[in-house]
Parts: sequence; structure tokens; C-alpha cells
Amino acid sequence: MHAVEATALKKSFGPTDALRGVDLVVPEGSVVGLLGPNGAGKTTVVRVLTTLLQPDGGTAFVDGIDVLAEPAKVRARIGLTGQYAAVEERLTGRENLVLIGRHFHMPVPEARRRAAELLERFDLVDAADRIAKGYSGGMRRRLDIAMSLIARPSVLFLDEPTTGLDPRSRLAMWDLIEELEHDGTTTLLTTQYLEEADRLADTIVVIDAGVVIAEGTADELKDRIGGDRIRVSIARAENVEKATTALSPLATGPIDISPSRVTLTAPIRTGGGVVPGAIRALDENGVDVVDVEVRRPTLDDVFLALTGKVTDTDPTPNLQEVREQ
Amino acid sequence: MSTTTTTVSAATSSTSTRHAVPTGPVWIVRDAWTEALRHLRIIPRNIELLIFATVQPIMFVVLFVYVFGGSIEVPGFDSYNQYLLPGIFAQSVVFGSAFTGVGLAEDLQKGLIDRLRSLPMAQSAVVVGRTISDLCRNMLTFSVMLVVALAIGFRFEGTMLEAGAATLLLLLFSYALSWVQALMGLSVKSVEAANSAGFIWMFPLTFVSSAFVDPATMPDWLEPIADANPFTVVTNAARSLYNGLPVGNDVWLSLAWSVGIIAVFSTLSIRKFKRATAA
Ligand SMILES: Nc1ncnc2c1ncn2[C@@H]1O[C@H](COP(=O)(O)OP(=O)(O)OP(=O)(O)O)[C@@H](O)[C@H]1O
Ligand SMILES: [Mg+2]
Repeated sequence: MHAVEATALKKSFGPTDALRGVDLVVPEGSVVGLLGPNGAGKTTVVRVLTTLLQPDGGTAFVDGIDVLAEPAKVRARIGLTGQYAAVEERLTGRENLVLIGRHFHMPVPEARRRAAELLERFDLVDAADRIAKGYSGGMRRRLDIAMSLIARPSVLFLDEPTTGLDPRSRLAMWDLIEELEHDGTTTLLTTQYLEEADRLADTIVVIDAGVVIAEGTADELKDRIGGDRIRVSIARAENVEKATTALSPLATGPIDISPSRVTLTAPIRTGGGVVPGAIRALDENGVDVVDVEVRRPTLDDVFLALTGKVTDTDPTPNLQEVREQ
Repeated sequence: MSTTTTTVSAATSSTSTRHAVPTGPVWIVRDAWTEALRHLRIIPRNIELLIFATVQPIMFVVLFVYVFGGSIEVPGFDSYNQYLLPGIFAQSVVFGSAFTGVGLAEDLQKGLIDRLRSLPMAQSAVVVGRTISDLCRNMLTFSVMLVVALAIGFRFEGTMLEAGAATLLLLLFSYALSWVQALMGLSVKSVEAANSAGFIWMFPLTFVSSAFVDPATMPDWLEPIADANPFTVVTNAARSLYNGLPVGNDVWLSLAWSVGIIAVFSTLSIRKFKRATAA
């Protein structure tokens, strides 16, 4: 029995087919990343699995309990952190936690004890007795996740937990989620950021336009599109055609040109001699090269190969710098 | 309290029953009370709200008594104040019910509503809790108003029991109208709409009634409307009880109105809530 098992989920909103037969499994103790662009249907999947939305078709089980037949039982076992922070702004952080504990029918002393634990753990002790309205985005998110953990859920649903956070808060949030994983919290996490799925999820399910288009570990997905990637940065955009000509004999697939027309990315065969060959060819074509880099494919490449679409911009520019501060 | 506490904490220590979902009427009331506390907790720290809840009724009482008090005579009453003040009490608590619609409309717009719906509580608790918290707020308003009224010369001419019954009748009616407001707040698209929709019908409801003048003095076409108005029935019942006068059928009729409104509008509101949030 898996913590979450959904089969052939369908849901339409009027003319929009939000889900067109989604299958999803979250094994107990693992973290599954549901990855997809805006409008892919990620939130719809989460809303169905957390009893908030009736699907038009398909089945869903959480902890072996039928979500459609026994929603109340499911609610007692899940924790939900929605896409938009759901805290009671008029109450303090501590009161928010106790409120949710009380709604899980914990006795007051137990709810208080658990609230204190979570405030400590989520670094909210100083802000605990302040009204949540004054919290920063990062604090709100932390409180939000703490609220969904108060009753020690069997499955935690996190819908885009880092969207809208600045790079520093995002990194802090990643550390926090990794800690939860470490404790064995079964989690379904949605994200638009490949880097986030790569770092946090054991298994990644890629969805687009309401269907699952790929599934596997980050490495499996990368292997699926095969080969390494070469990335060439050139000095002047007008040389991009020449650079393409120079690189085509080496490329094993289509060459992707960045919108700024100074970066070219192409799949290449794995092995030695590619970089010197590329530099020589570029030089012979009269292209000034700024930088050449060979790397394993990222999930961005996977996504591009699967959907033909480029994903959102990199969520953490200058990750390194942020870390070092 | 203590017995339930022990059973629940015993249950939480075992993993198999950790996620038990208690059901039944007792738990519905508890869940609703937890929700009511979410709103009530805020009252003492919200100065504006406190001022609105206390100064406004004081102002009403003082204004009406001193502006109209000397000029109007009502047959059967020595002083107009003894006639008027029960009407003002009734109008104030009825106005207080408008908070319910606005509050629910606000809740529906917040992300919090999804979280609440994902919790293992009675789904109706969000709406029931809101009406309960507004009833508590109305009790506060009412107590302040009553103290002020007594200070400026209002007297219970009947027994204390009758005065208590009058107060309960008024609060019950305001609770019933809270459910009407709930349905409106859940039906409109915005908080602003809930605000105007909630207040607009309060004026004809409370003025085309016996609250301020005897309906016999109204134009012929208006008088029967004022007489049939449930607000008139409730005001008359409360007024007779406060003044120790014979009540006739008014008490039973008021009870019937209030209970009927609660039955119909709570059913409709809870159904509307489930639908409004399930989209
Ligand atoms: N309540 C609704 N009414 C109408 N259409 C809806 C509703 N909810 C979702 N949709 C539509 O269904 C599709 C999937 O939406 P969903 O919110 O699940 O996407 P998502 O992957 O969560 O996107 P995002 O990354 O923007 O949050 C979209 O086209 C959206 O416009
Ligand atoms: Mg979404």
C-alpha cells in the first residue's frame, strides 16, 4: 500500500480540461515532486487528493482510504500547505498553530505543547506572539508548513512551497523540507522549478496540460534524453549563425539558442576531444568565444526535450553568492 | 471536560487511533466553538471594533432618547422612552447581525478557507462558528446598551424574569437574522457587495415597524405591512415584557419566526457554503 495512489484522475472546469487522466503514486516515506509549468494541473491534483475538489473521474486513495468515499478520514491524516499562504492573519503564530491543533481535536495542553515545539523548530520563537499579518513572506510560509504538521500527518502536501520567496528564504525553505524528509515525512511537493524538484524529490513526475509526460528519478530523466550538453557563449550576437554552422557537425540533436543570441546549447556524444574540436571549429568560422562548458543535462534540458517549451527562469540566480553571505 | 481530555490524549498515544475522527452533535458544537473563538479572540485587541460595538449603541440610545424622547407620545405609555428603548435595543442587535455576512464573504476570499476545509472538523463549523461569534458580540453590545439605558432612566416595569425573557427574544431574533446574512454573504461575489447587501434591507425592516412609532399613525397602505413585519412582532413582545404589559401571542409568534428563520436559512446557508467552496 502506498501513501498516495491516484488513478486516471480527470477534471474539467467548463471548457478547460485541467486533468486528463493523471496517475500518481507516492510511496510511504518518500518525496515525490510534481513538476509542471503554469496551468499544468498541479494545484488541481493537490486539491483532489486533499478532498477539496471532486474529480470528474478516476480514483484516489490516501493511506489506503478512498478520498471520494471517506473524505473526513482522509482529512485527519493529511497536512496541506496550499499554493497561497493560508494563515489567519489576525491571530499570532502561536494562536494559529493551536487553532489548527484544536481543529484536529487535540486537547488544549497538547496543542500548546505541539505549537511550542513547531515554533522552535521553524525558527519562529521570536515572532510567536506577534500577529501573523506582520510576518514576512518567508515567515508566513514557515508558519503555514508548521500548521500543516501540527497533527503529525501521514502525508504532507506542499503546493509550490517556495514560489514568491527570495533566494535566501528559498534556500532556508529547502533546508527545512530536507529536514522533514530526513524524519521520513511522506511528501507530495509541486513545483515549477526543476532545480527544486532535483534537489528535494526522490521521484519526479512531470505533468503538462493535465497529463503525466514523464516519471522517474532525476538521473533517470536525464538519461532518457541522453548525452552531455555543450554550452558555448559567444562575444557578439551577430555571429550566432556562424557559431551554429561550426557546432552542427558535433551536435547529436537540435541546437538551442538563448533569446539573447549569445548562448548556444547542444547535446553532444559523451567522450573526449569535443571541447578542443568545438573551439577549433568556432575559431575557423571567425567566432569570438567567451566560454565553453560541457555538463550533464539538467532537468531544464529534460523539460525542453519533453514539452518543447522552455521553463521559467532560474529560480536562484547567484546561488553560490547567496550561500556565501 | 476532564473526562473527554483523558480519552482523547489516551487515543493520541496509540498510532492506530491517532487519526480518529470524532463525529456526532457534541463535536459539531465543539468545532463550531473553536471557529467562534477564532473571531472572538480578536475582539479585545481590535480597538476599532470595540469602539463600534460599544460607542455605537450608546450613541443610539442617547440620540434617540434626547432627540425624539420629548416630542412623541404613544398611547398607553407614560413616557416615550419606555416605548422607544426596546425598539432601539431590537434595532441595534438586528444591525449587529450584518457582521455575519461580511465576515463570511471575507473568509471565502482568503486562502485560509481551503485549509479549514482540509481539516477533520465538521464542515459546517465555519459558518456556525461565525454566527455564534456574532451572537456573542451582540450580547456585548446589548449589555452596554442596557446599562446606558438604565442609567438614563429606563425601568423594567415587569419582573426580572420578564426582562430576561425579553432580552433572550431579541438575541434569538438577531441570531436568526445572522443566518439570513450568512446566506447573503455566501451568495455575493465580494466583501463590498456583502456589506451593502447586508445593510440595505435593515432600514425598511426596522423603520417600517413598531420600533419608533405606533404603526396606527402610518399611512393606511403601510400600516398592515408594519404590523406583519416580524421585527414588529419581536419588538412588541420585548416591549410588553420589559414594561410588564400583557403580551398576547407576541412571544410565541416571535419564537416561531426566529426558529423558522433559523431552520430555513441555516439549511440553505450550509448548503451554499459547501457549494461555494467546492468549485
Ligand atoms: N476553479 C477553477 N475554475 C476554472 N478553471 C480552473 C479552476 N482551477 C483551475 N483551473 C484551470 O485548470 C488548469 C490547471 O490549473 P492548476 O491551478 O491546477 O494549474 P497549476 O499547475 O497549479 O498552475 P500554477 O503553476 O499556475 O499554480 C488551468 O488552465 C486553470 O486555469
Ligand atoms: Mg498551482
